Amino acid sequence: MTAPALANAALDETAVALPSQEPARVARDSRPLRLITCGSVDDGKSTLIGRLLWDTKAVKEDQAASLQRDSKGKQNDLGLPDFALLLDGLQAEREQGITIDVAYRYFSTDKRSFIVADTPGHEQYTRNMATGASTADLAVLLVDARVGLLEQTRRHATIATLMGIKQFVLAVNKIDLTNYDRSRFEQISHEFKELALSLGVRQVTAIPVSALKGENVVYDGRASMPWYEGPTLIEVLELATTRSAQTVGFRLPVQRVSRPGESFRGYQGTVAGGSVKPGDSVVILPSGMVANVTKIVTFDLVRNAAVAGDAITLVLDRQVDVSRGDVIATIDSQPMTGLAFDAQLVALQAEGIQPGKRYWLKSGSRRQRVQVQPISQLDLKSGKWNHADELPMNAIGKVHLAFDEQAIFDAYEQNRTTGAFILIDPDTNNTVAGGMISAKRAAIGGIHTEDSRVILSLPADLADQLMATEIFAGRREDAEIRRVTAARAIEIIDVIDE
Amino acid sequence: MPHTHPETELHNPQSTKPPLDPHLKALENEAIHIFREVAAEFERPVMLYSIGKDSSVLLHLARKAFYPGRIPFPLLHVDTGWKFREMIAFRDEMVEKYDLDLVAHTNPRGAAENVTPFTHGSALYTDIMKTEALRQALDAGQYDAAFGGARRDEEASRAKERIYSFRTPDHRWDPRNQRPELWNVYNGMIRKGESVRAFPLSNWTEVDIWRYIQAEEIPIVPLYFAKKRPIVERDGMMILAEDPRLELLPGETKREEVIRFRTLGCFPLTGAIRSNATTLDDIISELETATVSERQGRAIDRDQAGSMEKKKREGYF
Repeated sequence: MTAPALANAALDETAVALPSQEPARVARDSRPLRLITCGSVDDGKSTLIGRLLWDTKAVKEDQAASLQRDSKGKQNDLGLPDFALLLDGLQAEREQGITIDVAYRYFSTDKRSFIVADTPGHEQYTRNMATGASTADLAVLLVDARVGLLEQTRRHATIATLMGIKQFVLAVNKIDLTNYDRSRFEQISHEFKELALSLGVRQVTAIPVSALKGENVVYDGRASMPWYEGPTLIEVLELATTRSAQTVGFRLPVQRVSRPGESFRGYQGTVAGGSVKPGDSVVILPSGMVANVTKIVTFDLVRNAAVAGDAITLVLDRQVDVSRGDVIATIDSQPMTGLAFDAQLVALQAEGIQPGKRYWLKSGSRRQRVQVQPISQLDLKSGKWNHADELPMNAIGKVHLAFDEQAIFDAYEQNRTTGAFILIDPDTNNTVAGGMISAKRAAIGGIHTEDSRVILSLPADLADQLMATEIFAGRREDAEIRRVTAARAIEIIDVIDE
Repeated sequence: MPHTHPETELHNPQSTKPPLDPHLKALENEAIHIFREVAAEFERPVMLYSIGKDSSVLLHLARKAFYPGRIPFPLLHVDTGWKFREMIAFRDEMVEKYDLDLVAHTNPRGAAENVTPFTHGSALYTDIMKTEALRQALDAGQYDAAFGGARRDEEASRAKERIYSFRTPDHRWDPRNQRPELWNVYNGMIRKGESVRAFPLSNWTEVDIWRYIQAEEIPIVPLYFAKKRPIVERDGMMILAEDPRLELLPGETKREEVIRFRTLGCFPLTGAIRSNATTLDDIISELETATVSERQGRAIDRDQAGSMEKKKREGYF
């Protein structure tokens, strides 16, 4: 079915006529895709999500009826109800007419199911976007085709990138109001691809969309836009990848020790990276003790392997001291342990992040005391990091973390579970920041001092390779690379060793 | 741990079930993670057990999460006294079969003042026999964490609820002031008297629940399957007419219809649907083509505008 046919059907019938009832098949051969939608009310975000729910039949008749009741006089010219009412669950929001918090929506097609984190677009709600983005595999950014990219588009893209999202869809909405202007669409998508590349994101799809008319959302808009031959939004979502493939080695943050009797001792947790099988040698961190895996126990059967995402109980071949908060990891590729780390974080509460204050840090199942030293704050307008001593609410900052006891992390770039943490204010017990580990801080003084950049003298080819990596793209401000000959690099290293 | 449990269940009959599809597996893994996290972080967890399909799934997941150990917390059933007879029978069967610790609580004020859905209206009745009763039971057990089977797809106000949902000492939920929840890192820090409601099924939809029940062969109350049953029509709902306390009003007649229930609550407030679905396959295919949401049969959601949000702020589950 094409979109105009659908729109006509809606026009012909009563205000809330549902699209024709095709049963949504439910066999799922892939994991749910988690996505976040970014954009403002003006960009038509609620209409887009409403359209997705409507055209995938996630809206039922009684919900549509109460929608009809609530949206009296607010129907648009297609006779469809005000989708924002469907989405804005809380009374306070209805009264204010804005979305104030992260809401989760569910819909599915015959290929896959989707979890949408619906977050507000207003500047003061950076925290909500960071929350929604933390679990998302993909971000849908909305712009109004008549307006083009805004400062907030850059802001949203930057936050999504920081939170580790590597797949973007740009929905150029209200394309109908530009008379389906192809050059306008191409100009906007070109600008956006430049922006995405500057952030190190390569997987970008731009789609001309009319959420109101349902063109290129679930149904194609070929009738109005014969020049567009790309996928619809739903097609992109169906084919997107989930973030299960984590390349670092096996990680099991231990949630609890199961000891139902003298004869059984198992370590329960969710595999946070890599895979494990009986016979594997593992190290228990932070103690550094080593053991071998004898069994992977689950309720259904004793398994011969477990992969990232599996909730398991691990049995080891010897008596070792393991407790909640420890990490069981592969010996070959261990996480970093140390007392000092660099991180980026988003300040989530009105009190901000205060220098020198001792917070609780929780990562995986591990909770420990940490002192946080803000270093710089990201200016979302310019993309520059400016010096900062404290971080107000909604700020994105770089910080130094100092621990009393050994901490265990991977870089967030490498592992979105063992590289992520939250900060809890011990005075209020509230969650005050979400953070991502960048690197372990070098113990050598002088090599990584505040405000000064690390100077790396590298053979030219190695320097080029390093500069092309994603990790480096995010940290250009931190290091200066000097291209030297291989012989000169050896000389420099010899000097450091002495 | 304040609750001590003898060891049991060290042997599980090797299952011959096919493996779960990746979608259900992901949901199951997430729920097990939440169960373990809450059990490890809180001193006195409890699981709210309403006997319905979502509770059946929740119970199954709890057994999986702690296997080969026992479920390390009790189950709490708030019994209004007006549940379907078959629900209570099913509950007792489960307690026996899985060796569960069950705490059943009925608000004594209900019995003393003879509060019924007929005499006090659904709003006041629910307030006293469910909301107030739940608060009493949670206070009496000094529980600091309570698992519930709520799903975000059920109702608009639930779409924004966290997986760890913070409650004040008087059990209130403040939707404007929820703790941010990032990744799967949950903040379980509370002061004495405060508590958390934990929702392992937050990301499940109704179809997921049914497909999981089918895949895992989870027992459920037979009322979910279609059968010829006595009903009476009242306020536009078909109410099961088997309890002698249900008095027919003038003009009402009892008749038999082939019906089933999509959700289960108190029988006088729960509407049946006409259906021929006698198997899980039937139910799932009925759902795929369903045009109304599951809470449509629940009278208490429609009492007033923003009905569920108001109940939740006051401590309804």
